[in-house]
Amino acid sequence: MRIKAITSLAILAAAILVSFAPSLTPLATAQEMPRFRWENFTTANGLPDNHVFCVLVDGNRIWAGTENGLGRYENGAWKIYRPVDGLAHQAVLSLALDKRTGDLWVGTMSGLSRLSAGRIDNFTQLNSGLSNDVVYGVGVQGDFLWVATAAGASRLNTRTSQWALFNERNTPMYEIWTYAVSPAEDKVYYAVWGGGVLEYNVKTERWKEYDDPDGETQLVLMKDQGLIHEITTSVSYVDNILWVATYFGASRYDGRYWHNFLQKDSGLPSNFISQVKAVDANRAWFSTDKGLAYYDGANWAVYTPALDTHKPEMLVRNAAGTVTQIDVQTAPAHNYILGVDFQGDDLWVATAKGLSHGIREHDSKTGIK
Amino acid sequence: MRLDTSWRNGAKLLALMRPSLALTSLITIALTLTPILLVPASTTAAPGPGSSNETRERYLSPIEMSLSPDGRQIYVVCQGSDELRVVDIESGKVLTAVSVGRAPRGITLSPDGAQIYVTNSTDDTVSVIDAAALRVTRTLPTGFEPAGIVSDKLGKTLYVANRLSGDISVIDLTTGQEAKRLLAGRGASYLERSPDGKFIYGTHIYPNPGAFRTSPNSEITVIDTARQTVVERKSLHNVAGVFHLALSADGKLGVVTQLRPKNLVPLAHVEHGWAFGNSLSLFGEDVGGTVQVPLDELDRYYSLPWGVVISPDKSRMFVTTAASESVTVIDVSRLLDFTRSRREPFVNDLSASANYVVARIPVGHNPRGVLLSKDAARLYVANRLDDNITVIDTRTNQVVRTIDLDGPRTINPIRRGERIFFTADYAFQGQFGCSNCHLDATIDGLQWDLEPDGFGKDIVDNRSLEDLAGTEPFKWNGGNPDMPTECGPRTEKYFFRSQSFGERELTDLVTFVYSLPYRPNRYRSPNGELTPAQERGKAIFERTKYKNGNPIPERNQCAYCHSGPKFTNNRQVDVGTGKSTDRSPLIDVPQLRNIAYSAPYLHDGSARSLEEIWTVFNPKDLHGVSNDLRKEELNDLVEYLKTL
Repeated sequence: MRIKAITSLAILAAAILVSFAPSLTPLATAQEMPRFRWENFTTANGLPDNHVFCVLVDGNRIWAGTENGLGRYENGAWKIYRPVDGLAHQAVLSLALDKRTGDLWVGTMSGLSRLSAGRIDNFTQLNSGLSNDVVYGVGVQGDFLWVATAAGASRLNTRTSQWALFNERNTPMYEIWTYAVSPAEDKVYYAVWGGGVLEYNVKTERWKEYDDPDGETQLVLMKDQGLIHEITTSVSYVDNILWVATYFGASRYDGRYWHNFLQKDSGLPSNFISQVKAVDANRAWFSTDKGLAYYDGANWAVYTPALDTHKPEMLVRNAAGTVTQIDVQTAPAHNYILGVDFQGDDLWVATAKGLSHGIREHDSKTGIK
Repeated sequence: MRLDTSWRNGAKLLALMRPSLALTSLITIALTLTPILLVPASTTAAPGPGSSNETRERYLSPIEMSLSPDGRQIYVVCQGSDELRVVDIESGKVLTAVSVGRAPRGITLSPDGAQIYVTNSTDDTVSVIDAAALRVTRTLPTGFEPAGIVSDKLGKTLYVANRLSGDISVIDLTTGQEAKRLLAGRGASYLERSPDGKFIYGTHIYPNPGAFRTSPNSEITVIDTARQTVVERKSLHNVAGVFHLALSADGKLGVVTQLRPKNLVPLAHVEHGWAFGNSLSLFGEDVGGTVQVPLDELDRYYSLPWGVVISPDKSRMFVTTAASESVTVIDVSRLLDFTRSRREPFVNDLSASANYVVARIPVGHNPRGVLLSKDAARLYVANRLDDNITVIDTRTNQVVRTIDLDGPRTINPIRRGERIFFTADYAFQGQFGCSNCHLDATIDGLQWDLEPDGFGKDIVDNRSLEDLAGTEPFKWNGGNPDMPTECGPRTEKYFFRSQSFGERELTDLVTFVYSLPYRPNRYRSPNGELTPAQERGKAIFERTKYKNGNPIPERNQCAYCHSGPKFTNNRQVDVGTGKSTDRSPLIDVPQLRNIAYSAPYLHDGSARSLEEIWTVFNPKDLHGVSNDLRKEELNDLVEYLKTL
């Protein structure tokens, strides 16, 4: 085993801290972070396309939204859906499952598709009340489907087929490029690309906006005093906690206090984050352009093929900033991560060059270097 | 039991004339009739708009039945009288009548037989009836226009097919609340549970949405009762109109009754046969996949197969053919042998039925629900338009008895007209009747090539028949000035290609059609108030100015053409939606009442949704001014239209 020299300033500082703080227990922390054996899928073994925008787990069925089709992986085989099969468009940007009915909602570059036990119905801005055909995000909340489009938010009442549109004219949405949505029973959150975060209160039916107190500048002048940046890409609202991903860091909001995460002062491998998906109030997964990051409320782990050598890599950073490299044999298909979903303790990960299945190893023999 | 047709000789003579002469004669008759038609009367037919209520009787219209657990009683759903009538089989007497909701349509029993569930299609509810006390104990909410109903095997969950909302309500019987709705086929109507209780199968009477001028497709919706989700949709290609289904006791054979329309070629080809293929789809282990089989014969049709039951020993299958007023009896072994022997699809081979149909038994008017006695020795058939039940000996295939349900003794013009509407007896070779396209007097969701003017010309969408008084003229080009013309010579020339209606028959038919009510609109609140979105849409519908303040020309204002109580000015206008294949660009301004239920839209059904009327087919603002609307404003307009 060996300890690799870490060159980033933050991690170097952490290492120095560790050398002067023997009371910290990085080994114990590193052992507690989840480890995975990664199995990767590409077009070579049935994936519709290697550029995977999104992934969704439905029991033993895995859905992968790619640049050239929707893939369904089940019982060891892939089935592919493209426009010739009835899908609205081949570029699949977002997925949402209605857990009550089993219906899958598919956001594409040219409309919204509903897959229901093999039947596909398409909703577009021409044949329905959908506000725009570029569907970046979808989410299910009871009988409502919430949609994030390039021209504002849309909501479909699946019982009455009524559409409601939300944009700059009836919300504080000054930028209408909605990029992701996270609906829950009490609130619905939208990530608005260049427009911060919008919150819809289900009870009062009112909207509220959250913006970067620094404005649109990339400088962080007021850390932990608000949203980290206006260019938001993803929201995840779990256990009354809002997690936000941006291209310039991440934020966590408990309804009163903000906490921001940057590469320089957290375990994030990059500030360029495409998705955040929370496990609960304290834990979340971050899809960055430099690996998949996990935060357990204190410690961080990053899973990726190394940017330089492309060898499998797992780095653990504890609360004190100490970084430990774990000896691993596998890694996600690519460092550019676009999305993640959970299958029990396992992970499914969308990357720019393949889909990855992270099989959780509970009794790993892998040592810590 | 069969309708006496001897008095139709005059009409038959007309049919023997050259078509043009027959047409002229009938127009003359229709015009001669017009003054009579406008006189409301109780003794003669009253076909004039708005007069039909004067002669309305409270007929029972039995449509569905269930057998009591002990096999001694039949529970009869009486659609017309809003009742469940309980019949003692031995005495043949009606024991009691339980009032339920409006227009009941479906029935099922709890697994222990203690509860009877009846769907009320107008009220959007289920009446829960205590089978011992025979009284309604609870009323449960459903989706729009519930029809078929079945419980799970444990009796904890109800599944209800909602025709207008095209979904299936999953109702938790503990709470009495809808847990969720599952996407079903358009016009979801009938449900059946597999013998092992693992699956529920559903059918639907309108085809699922598809591309313009393509073959219709339907499905058998399969629900996994453990997960309460749809797990499969068995595709029924070129099928539009799927009705009841049945499963064999061993669970290895399933069957649905269905129509196969031939709507993409001119209907004039009825003279060459097969405007509709009256058929079955078989599915299950016995047949492998899904196999469609014909019921018709080469020169005789058995129209509108509707109810179906399989004997417990799987030896016989009984199908009510609602428009042919008969029961078709099928030998299941021969059917399966024949099906397995044919490698290629044979549903269009009308000689095939001779291999498995063993009897055709005439019954009453519009036979619908069908069930077997516990020992399978007797078959009971509900004759909806006779208010009685035919009893058939299943060994001899002979009618042995008729059970009278104690309906009104007089038959009024509406009832006579209804019988004409629902029979195929007038068409060439008994191929079809009005109700083949106007399923349950509504629509069929199809577009037809009705006239012999070449393939693909003058395509017309099927229009609703609700509350037609005051919407004259008829036909998409407004060519028929009144209902007698619409139902008379046109029907003879383009549809039936056979005998037309006699004078009184035509009058009765028109009376019935005019009696068809406006169904409750589910999008408008009970107190009539509009939501904010609907109010905004109403303002757009009624606007007289562009957004820039300039006046919109009168003929381009929505409310100018779509005016009056039915939202039509009864004229024909060119709104830019005519096609090169249409004879004329002038289109009759359609009524808009309950337009939400009658997709697709425009005269030829080319607009698959209300939105497409303006997003696709109105580039020059000829069909109202829509190009200055924002997307949310168009949505508001659509929300308002759905309330009409």
